[in-house]
Amino acid sequence: MSTLSERILGGAAGEFVDREVDRAYAHDGTGVLTLEAWHAMGTNTVAFPERVYLLFDHIAPANNSTTAGLQAELRTFARSKGLHFCDVGSGICHQVMGEGSALPGEIIVGADSHTCTLGAFGAFATGVGATDMAAIWISGKSWFRVPETIAIHLEGNVRAPAEAKDLALAYVGRLGMDGATYRSIEFVGDGVAGLSMDSRQTVSNLAVETGAKTGLFYADEVTIQYLSESGQKTAIQHPEECRYEKEIGIDLDDIVPVVAVPPRVDSIKPAGDLLGLPLDQVFIGTCTNGRYEDLKRLAEILKGKRVRVRTVVAPASREVLLRAVGTGVIADIVQAGCVLLPPGCGPCLGAHMGVIGEGEICLSTANRNFRNRMGVGGEIYLCSVATAATSALAGELAVWEG
Amino acid sequence: MQIKGRAVCLGEDIDTDMIIAGRYLRTKDRRLWATHVFEDLDPALAGRLDGSVIVAGKNFGCGSSREQAPVALKEAGVQAVIAPSFARIFFRNSINVGLPVLEVRCECVEGEDVTVDLDGGEVQAGGRSYPIRPLSPRMLEILHAGGLVAYWRDKR
Repeated sequence: MSTLSERILGGAAGEFVDREVDRAYAHDGTGVLTLEAWHAMGTNTVAFPERVYLLFDHIAPANNSTTAGLQAELRTFARSKGLHFCDVGSGICHQVMGEGSALPGEIIVGADSHTCTLGAFGAFATGVGATDMAAIWISGKSWFRVPETIAIHLEGNVRAPAEAKDLALAYVGRLGMDGATYRSIEFVGDGVAGLSMDSRQTVSNLAVETGAKTGLFYADEVTIQYLSESGQKTAIQHPEECRYEKEIGIDLDDIVPVVAVPPRVDSIKPAGDLLGLPLDQVFIGTCTNGRYEDLKRLAEILKGKRVRVRTVVAPASREVLLRAVGTGVIADIVQAGCVLLPPGCGPCLGAHMGVIGEGEICLSTANRNFRNRMGVGGEIYLCSVATAATSALAGELAVWEG
Repeated sequence: MQIKGRAVCLGEDIDTDMIIAGRYLRTKDRRLWATHVFEDLDPALAGRLDGSVIVAGKNFGCGSSREQAPVALKEAGVQAVIAPSFARIFFRNSINVGLPVLEVRCECVEGEDVTVDLDGGEVQAGGRSYPIRPLSPRMLEILHAGGLVAYWRDKR
């Protein structure tokens, strides 16, 4: 009788275990230090190159010659070792992995904090740092402390104008920025079945904003169907009776559009309380909300209208972009006056493209609103795609009427 | 292992963007990170870190997995970080780069001498003593080796 984390890691909460990992990935940001640590460890081998992925998403394509040089080193390394390599334009690491390279029951580590996104597939997916990743390249293994689990019981259905992002922000607000530190979160209950895989990834993505190691959904019919589209055959995971450290309940029918007020992700207010907040930029994208469903929602709201504030849109992956091109979603977004960025993290971390200036306010669908993150002296309010789209049309914070 | 330093007091929920901003990450120049550490929190702080022990509030190091955060602290001369709790990736990263991190709620008096007895599991600050949550044997082994790189190099 175990939690999903206990079942996948094969130990009881509190135990330390050494485990082989099924997949390990790093990006152009964390890969640089990983490669440096790997060299310093005095080796020339990667234990399981077929399990190792390197994906360029953080500054993709490169913004200057320093970045380009660092990326060139990683590119050469990935090719010489026969790693899975996804160059600029492929998309955000978590999204690309989620397109058929993350399966229920796997142990997945990523050198990025939002690796917890892949918990949506019933994989124990967690973030590590660069040196841990280097040791994993060498050995194929890592140590884990089997986490205690907090269960979030979901009932009912998320109803427009709310969306999965509002649910995600709501639970972060309830748990707080350290409410699940060292723990795993499991999303369970009848409300799960109504959440698409895109929605589940949005919900899992924010788990780390509560300090959690991962945010897990049990694989069900929705998961199986989604993975079958990329040719993966997988089985359902059934929850067992188990001991949760803490349990909270959320009625999805009660979820309303909310905003996370800077500089804290857990500082949640109803979007309706901030109507009219002046905006300098709206940003739609990231590993939280750059998926096809998000772009489709954006296009539905923008179609035939014009945005009144600069609006930057970054699809989460090439696959998302291609699908959105095919269905006319991208045309609607571009015709509405949005700036389309290449697939990747875009301005989320303030590294390039869409950086904001002193005193500017950005309304963003991302996952972090820390001080100065998107640009020195700028402020970030986090919200859903519908709130971002409606606000882009209004030129100030506004709530979609559904 | 005994660690000594002057207390530098910090608040709660210090995130890794605050420790080292994203705009400084695209380099391998570790000194650059030490120069800009905590720049967005207090630009004067970097100059006061050499020989210090940071005593912070809960959830230190939350946010991104960037290992440049503990590396920047170490390069700036921070001897150890003490806080009631840490974000888990930052915690692991710190051990891996050889920066001791200790979980304990500790009253902080700016500039006071702080001593950490890593193996004895205790922090002493101005005559007060606090038991620390013990690190796992593996973490202690890594710290004693000077970090995970040295641990692996020794192993081979």
